[in-house]
Amino acid sequence: MTVARRIAAPLRKIGSLLVSVGLTFLGLTCVTFVIGRVIPIDPVLAIVGDKASNETYERVRLQLGLDQPLLEQYWHYLVKVVHGEFGTSVMTAHPVLDDLLSVFPATLELATLSLVIGVVGGIPLGVYAAVNRGRWQDQLIRFMSLLGYSMPVFWLGLIGLLLFYAKLGWVAGPGRVDVGFDDMVPAVTGLMTIDSLLAGEDEVFWNVLSHLVLPSSILGYLSLAYVARMTRSFMLSQLKQEYILATLAKGLSPFRVVWIHALGNVWVQLVTVIALTFGSLLEGAVLTETVFAWPGLGLYLKNSLFAADLNAVLGGTVLVGVVYIVLNMLSDVVYTLVDPRARGQGT
Amino acid sequence: MTDTLLSVRNLRVVYPGDDGDFHAVRDVSFTLGRERLGIVGESGSGKSTTGRAIMGLVAPPGRITADEMRLGDLDLTRMNEAGFRKLRGKRIAMVLQDPKYSLDPVMTVGDQIAETHRQHVNAGRKAARLAALEMLEAVQIRDPERVYGLYPHQVSGGMGQRVMIAMMLIAGPDILIADEPTSALDVTVQTQVLAIMDNLVRSRGMGLILVSHNLHLVSSFCDRVLVMYAGRVVETCAAGDLANARHPYTRGLLAALPELGHRRAELPQLQRDPAWLEGSL
Repeated sequence: MTVARRIAAPLRKIGSLLVSVGLTFLGLTCVTFVIGRVIPIDPVLAIVGDKASNETYERVRLQLGLDQPLLEQYWHYLVKVVHGEFGTSVMTAHPVLDDLLSVFPATLELATLSLVIGVVGGIPLGVYAAVNRGRWQDQLIRFMSLLGYSMPVFWLGLIGLLLFYAKLGWVAGPGRVDVGFDDMVPAVTGLMTIDSLLAGEDEVFWNVLSHLVLPSSILGYLSLAYVARMTRSFMLSQLKQEYILATLAKGLSPFRVVWIHALGNVWVQLVTVIALTFGSLLEGAVLTETVFAWPGLGLYLKNSLFAADLNAVLGGTVLVGVVYIVLNMLSDVVYTLVDPRARGQGT
Repeated sequence: MTDTLLSVRNLRVVYPGDDGDFHAVRDVSFTLGRERLGIVGESGSGKSTTGRAIMGLVAPPGRITADEMRLGDLDLTRMNEAGFRKLRGKRIAMVLQDPKYSLDPVMTVGDQIAETHRQHVNAGRKAARLAALEMLEAVQIRDPERVYGLYPHQVSGGMGQRVMIAMMLIAGPDILIADEPTSALDVTVQTQVLAIMDNLVRSRGMGLILVSHNLHLVSSFCDRVLVMYAGRVVETCAAGDLANARHPYTRGLLAALPELGHRRAELPQLQRDPAWLEGSL
């Protein structure tokens, strides 16, 4: 009975979510479409170049459907986007979707590992700081997370490379894998750690991991700083609640009071923080990916922006938007798991 | 009162502040037997803090000192935090004001009751669950099985407070401190909750400290009453004799109580005398 309810409630929630997701997606494409029209880049010129004749220009304009009414153009655009057609990238001459599918896993791999570092490190540190509020442990953790906030990531990346790659040789350098290992494992998921394990290439796996460690530690540190800071302030407000006094009056150990009761309530708030952190990591950390020559979404978007490659930019924007929509959806589902009040049924 | 559960002599609670220390409780002395002791006073009179100090639950930087504070044969003045932790729930427990805030919102009420049991009794999950169900029955909750799995937001105030009582009594303490246990409840369920609590406290031969600002409630429910003002006990008397109280503060409070059937155009205001702060009658 309760098990059925536990499952049914999230399902109902997912149904209503899908509707809002559809609407959000419509809004997102609307925005990208408008950007594509108002941006002072002539899409025709971008293709034919400024030396083309008037006839060529006109022909391409008709091909692109730019003579049609705006609403009709939007409809065509929407249909294409839904089918995953973002046009061809001028920069790479590949369909934008193919490009995105090849760069996004690189970012996903980096972002996921960074998030794990941020969450696994940040939450305990935040809790520990809150429990020791005002003492040196708290000061130290706050200083560390302030540092994470204020340090320019490209500088951190360069110093990291200089120290751990160039000087100490503990980790591999820029890129996802050594050139020698390039194309050694077939891309199944696009996540090279998993692909290399699937192919049974241990050597490649360790090399990939060695490349991954430094950039993900740096991004992880930034996430950790944020997560720790938020956890600390959420904890402080929970520790003031009456139910904490009640758990103490029951004679519970400080461990249970802090890690089960207070943190159990903090999770509810942390879900949003974690989802947003993951979102900003998945957008592609432009600076980190640039410093580490990481062929991910951030680097791709940066390059296509500089090349005025509109199809690529808009395709990437839609992808980032979709990532956020999915993350929001996921966090709404997770909410119903960690917060009984969000399950929204009566007694 | 041959059977003294708790004796307190010159209990003081001090919060150090930038502009001098704040004395929340000053030289409070009383004893508690297997009886119902009421502590009344206005907000900030130190009545809640007195209750918490007995359990060692004054958050730093607050300091508790006392010339004597004995729980049975235990000297609480020498007790450290780990020692207090063993007593809380097991020897002294506390019911707080509003179950809406004093129960953990993300844990089922049943698990919260069972948790107290498991903390003090070496019991498995199953045994703790059974004990909690029994306790829910003891606080007169129908269908304990169903209520066990409810979350705090799914129970009413009266039911929540009964859960709270169950949670605090399950490990069989000698003393229950009830800090305004009914003031957040609807009037209709107040007496019900009090009756349940009273029944349990009596049948288990416990001592009850009822902290309240409600003179009517305390005088009708308790055996003895302490009246506190500005951190001091200004009057101690049998609950039945409250009408003959001598201290001007108590008399002032009583005079300010409206009575059914006696219409008064204006209720007298309490006139405070600075001399009361010195604690001399």
